[in-house]
Amino acid sequence: MKKIAIVPAYNEQGAIGGVVDEIRAFDPEFDVLVVDDASHDATAQIAHAHGARVVTLPFNLGIGGAVQTGFRYAAEHGYELAARVDGDGQHDPAELRGLIEAVLRGDADICVGSRFVGAEGYRSSRSRRIGIRILARTVSLLTGQKVTDTTSGFQVLDRKAIELFADDYPHDYPEVEAALMLHKHRLRLSELPVRMRERVAGRSSIRGFRTVYYMAKVMLAILIGALRRRATPLEDA
Amino acid sequence: MILAVSGTPLKVSLAATAASLLLLLVVFELIRSRRLRERYALLWLLTGLVLLALSAWRGGLNTIAGWVGVETYPPAVLFAVALLFVLAVLLHYSTVLSKVTDQNVILAQRVALLELELRERGSAQAPGEAAASEARAS
Repeated sequence: MKKIAIVPAYNEQGAIGGVVDEIRAFDPEFDVLVVDDASHDATAQIAHAHGARVVTLPFNLGIGGAVQTGFRYAAEHGYELAARVDGDGQHDPAELRGLIEAVLRGDADICVGSRFVGAEGYRSSRSRRIGIRILARTVSLLTGQKVTDTTSGFQVLDRKAIELFADDYPHDYPEVEAALMLHKHRLRLSELPVRMRERVAGRSSIRGFRTVYYMAKVMLAILIGALRRRATPLEDA
Repeated sequence: MILAVSGTPLKVSLAATAASLLLLLVVFELIRSRRLRERYALLWLLTGLVLLALSAWRGGLNTIAGWVGVETYPPAVLFAVALLFVLAVLLHYSTVLSKVTDQNVILAQRVALLELELRERGSAQAPGEAAASEARAS
């Protein structure tokens, strides 16, 4: 089975080498694709030196566009399984095992590592936790499925999910809308608890005033999305 | 002092007509010299024609002003209509811009993936070198 790890990275020269090494150490069968979102530092060169395949975007597209580049690559090159691991080192590739097993068992088309299902080990600011809660509740309400961590970029996807996202993936802050897209296309999403680490280097893309913009933008996308997208009929219905 | 229920002053009508004609002229010239695609020019042409009609035909402007309750100064309707059309053009531009942005993202992704493929087929040039040499050149 062809497996790929998609690692979006923007100015992560301090962390990217370790991330690539850890993924390769976790499972050498994973092809590591680092999507360099037009970094100004040596992210691409370091990732390449550590043995990753590197695709460098001509200009900064933001996380959604960067991740979708990886999905396109995976779809075009016939990968059956894709793991998405952030380039900042906050995801521990060793935690992928459970997510991969869930997808291979056929429990889900996409399995997301959640910070909030039981496990501890992740602390973030109060306002951010509240924001994540609100989004999670909204998504849970709209999809009729309990979702706890809608902002996690730690995911394992099967071929169906890869193809869907290669074709259409939300922009700026994609995970929330992606969860709704999955629901509309009747793909199954599940969550597993994972430990996440503090960021090794760099800064989160969501902070300060951006938090307000993020919430407004995502809520608008959720509400419009709820009006626009219709669930496709079940294939065997 | 009694505010007379007046029509459109002739001077205002003439000035507005001249301005509308100028707008139409500029739009035509932009289309002729291929600096404006017909597709995007249509809304501007419509704007110019409607403004021209309302400017030149004073009776019409006065009548419409009466309909919408503007009794003291009918040319105000001219402003309102012009503003409405400008808003329509702006909104149209936002949709065009959104589409171009989406296409731009797809192009960037395609270019990046093609570059990767090219690199893997050909030389063992490390990533970033192409971009770096480009940056030096410019």
